[in-house]
Amino acid sequence: MSEEIVFIISAVIVLVGALGVVLSRNPVHSALFLIQTLMGVALLFLIEDAHFLAAVQVVVYAGAIVILFLFVIMLLGVDKAEELGIDPIGGQRELALVVGASIAALTIVTVGWSVDGATGSAPASAENALDNGLTDIERIGRVLFTDYAFGFEITAALLTIAVIGAVVLTRSIRREDVLADLEPASLELPSLAPAGANDEDTPHDGDSGNSGAEVSSEGNRES
Amino acid sequence: MLAQLDATPVETPEIVWAGLLPLLILSAGALLLVMLRSVVKRLPADVEPHLITAIGPITVLGMWFAAGLAGTDVPLAGLRDDMGEPAFYIGLALVMVLAGTLVRTMEIGLDAAITVGLGLSAFAATWGIWDDRWQVTGPFNAIGDQFAVDGFALLFAGVLAASVVLVALLLDGYLRRESLDGPEMYVLMLLSAAGGIVMTGANDLIVIFLGIETLSIAVYVMAAMHNRRTESQEAGLKYFVLGAFASAFLLYGIAFTYGATGSTNLVDIQIFLSSGQLVDNGLLMAAFGLLLVGFGFKIAAAPFHAWTPDVYQGAPTPVVAFMASAVKAAGFAALLRVFMLGFFSHVDDWRPAIGALAVLTLIVGSVMAIVQSDVKRMLAYSSISHAGFILVGVHAASLAGINSVAFYAVAYTFLVIGSFGVLTVVSGVGDRATSLDDLNGMAKRRPVLAFMFTVFLLAQAGVPLTAGFVAKFEVINAAVDSEFYWLAIVAMLTAVVSAFLYLRIVLSMYLGTADGDAADLGDPIPKAAGLAIGIAFAVTVGFGILPGPLSDLASDALPALIGAG
Repeated sequence: MSEEIVFIISAVIVLVGALGVVLSRNPVHSALFLIQTLMGVALLFLIEDAHFLAAVQVVVYAGAIVILFLFVIMLLGVDKAEELGIDPIGGQRELALVVGASIAALTIVTVGWSVDGATGSAPASAENALDNGLTDIERIGRVLFTDYAFGFEITAALLTIAVIGAVVLTRSIRREDVLADLEPASLELPSLAPAGANDEDTPHDGDSGNSGAEVSSEGNRES
Repeated sequence: MLAQLDATPVETPEIVWAGLLPLLILSAGALLLVMLRSVVKRLPADVEPHLITAIGPITVLGMWFAAGLAGTDVPLAGLRDDMGEPAFYIGLALVMVLAGTLVRTMEIGLDAAITVGLGLSAFAATWGIWDDRWQVTGPFNAIGDQFAVDGFALLFAGVLAASVVLVALLLDGYLRRESLDGPEMYVLMLLSAAGGIVMTGANDLIVIFLGIETLSIAVYVMAAMHNRRTESQEAGLKYFVLGAFASAFLLYGIAFTYGATGSTNLVDIQIFLSSGQLVDNGLLMAAFGLLLVGFGFKIAAAPFHAWTPDVYQGAPTPVVAFMASAVKAAGFAALLRVFMLGFFSHVDDWRPAIGALAVLTLIVGSVMAIVQSDVKRMLAYSSISHAGFILVGVHAASLAGINSVAFYAVAYTFLVIGSFGVLTVVSGVGDRATSLDDLNGMAKRRPVLAFMFTVFLLAQAGVPLTAGFVAKFEVINAAVDSEFYWLAIVAMLTAVVSAFLYLRIVLSMYLGTADGDAADLGDPIPKAAGLAIGIAFAVTVGFGILPGPLSDLASDALPALIGAG
C-alpha cells in the first residue's frame, strides 16, 4: 500500500516535470523541470530497491548533465527568446501533432492491449533472487565485469572517440580559410584565400594570434 | 563484506583472445597511433621517409604474426610451422623488401602508412582465424556469450578491414590536398571499424548497440572533419542529430525486446522465442518495428534515408566511401544477426516489414537518383537502392538469402570505394567539382580513370562480367527460391531504372564537352589513391569474371549462435 502511494507521488512528479520541460517558454525553467523529472525517476528506482541507480541518477543526470544543459543555455544567452510562432515548413506543426498522436495510439494499443503477459523466462534461481545477500552495488559490479565485461570495455573506445571528436571539431580556424558555400553558384572556383592575405588587420601569426583566431571563428559561426 | 564475496564466487567469462585479434589490432592500433602522434607531433625531415619505408616490412611481419597468432589453440603453432624451412625466410625477406619499395614508391604519409599496416594486419588475423581456427573447430564464443566468431562475422570483419585499408589510401592524398593532415581521421576510422567488427559478431543487443555507437559517433565526426567547408559541418550535424534519433529508436526496440523476452542476449532470446510461449505479442511486434527503424537508418533504407543525400554530398568524399562501404556492411551484418538468428522463429511476423522496406527503398533509391544533377547525390541515392537489393536478400530469410547478402556486401564494398575513390581525385580542392557537368569530357582528360569509373558504374548497374552482376543475380535468385516473385520483379525493374542514371554519368564523361574553366585539369592523381582505385577495380572485374571463390566464401560464411558454456 505504502509502495503504491510512493509510486503515485513519484509518477506525478515525473509527469508534471516532463510536461513542464516541453511547455515552459523559458529554457532555464525547462532545465529545472527536467531536474524534477529526473528526481522523480530516482524515487522510482528507490521503490524498486535499486539504491545505487537512484544515487547515480541524482549525481550523474540531475547533477552533471542538467548543469551542462544550463551552461549551454547560459552561453547561448538566456534572454534570447526563441520565436515559436514561425513555422519554417507549412503545416509541419499540424502534421507533427497527427503523427505523434498516431504513434502514441499505436504504442498504447500494441503494448497495452495485445501483450499476453509473458515477459521472458528468467529462471527463478537463487542467484536471481533479490535477497541473496548481495547489495545492488555488488550485483551491478558482478554483472558489469562478467556478463557485460565486453560491453564495458567497448565504452572505453567510445569515450576515446568522444574526446578526439571534441578536440577535432572545436579546433578554431581562420575565417578567411573557410571555403565559400557551394550553393548556389556551384561552378565557382574555390576561393581559398592565400595564407596571410589579410594579416594587416588580423594579427594571426604565431602564438599571439590564438585569441584572435578564436574570435574570428566565433564571428563566423554567428554570421 | 569480503567474507560475503567469498561465499558466492564470481564466474569470470571465458575469453578466447585469438578470436578478438582483429578487433584488438584495430582498436589498440588506433589508441597507440593517437598517443604516438600526440607525443611526437613532427618527425625530423631526414628520419620520416626512412620510417615510412620501414612500415612496409613491419606490416608484412605484422600480418604474418597476426595470422599465426589467430590460429589454433597451441600458441604460435602457425608461426612455428613456417619457421622450419629456410626457403620461407628467403620468401619472407623478399616480400619485406618488396613491401618497402612499394611504400616508398607510393609516397604515402606516416599516418596513412600505419593505418594501412593495421588494416592489413587485422585482415590477416581474420584470415588466420578463418583458415586455422574456424574451419577446424567451427564457430566459437570469443568472450563469455557476448561475442561470437563465426564465418559470417569473419567475412564482414574482413570486409571492414579491407575498407579501412582502401579508404586510408584514398584519405592520404585527399587530406594533403585539403591541408587537413593529421592522424585524427585515421584514428577515428580505425575505432569506427573496430565498432563495426563488434557489431558483426555481437551476441547481445547491448553489445550491438555499443558497437553501433562506436561505429557511428566516429563517422559523425569524420563527416564534419573538413572544418573549412560549411557543407561538411552541416553534413556532420545532420548525420549526428538524425543518427542520435535513430539510436533512440534502437534502444527503445532493445528495451521492448527485453520486456517481451526477458533477455538481451540473442541466444536466450532465440531459445525463449522458439519455445512458442509468445505468440502475437504486441510488445515483441513493437520491438521488431523499433529495431527495424534503428537499423534502417544505419543502412539508409527508405523511409529512413532522408539524411543520406545531404550527408553524402557534404562529407569529405573518402569518408563517404567509408560510410557507404563499412557502415552499411556492419549495419547489415547486425540486422541479419538479430533478425535471422534471434528472431528467426517469428520470421512470418517481421518478414512483411522487411519486404515493405525493401520495395520502398528500391523505388525511392532508383527513381530519386534520376532527377539529381550532382554525382555525389546520385551515388547517394544509388547506395540507397543497393540497400534495397540487400534487403531483398534479407527478406528471403533463407540460407541462399544470407549468402547473397554476404556476397553483395563484399562486392558492393569494393564497387563503392572505387566509385567514390574516382570522385575523390577528380573533384578538386574542397570537393567542388562533383556536379554532372564537371565530369564532362573526363574521358579526354583522364582516359584510364574514366574507363575505371565506367566499369564501377556499370557494375553498380549490374552489367555482366562485373561483381555487381553476380551480386544482383544472387539476391534475385534468393528471392525467387523463396517464391517471392513480386519482390524479384520489383528489384529487376528498379535495376533497369537505375541503369539509366549510371549511363547518364558515363555519357557525360565520354560525350560531354568541358567548358573552358573545368575545375579538374587532369593533374596526376596521388599514387596511393590510384592504388586503391586499382585494387577496387581488380576485385570488381576479377570477381565478375570468376565469382566462384567469393561465392564459395560467402556460402561458407554462415552466422551461428552458440550458448554459453
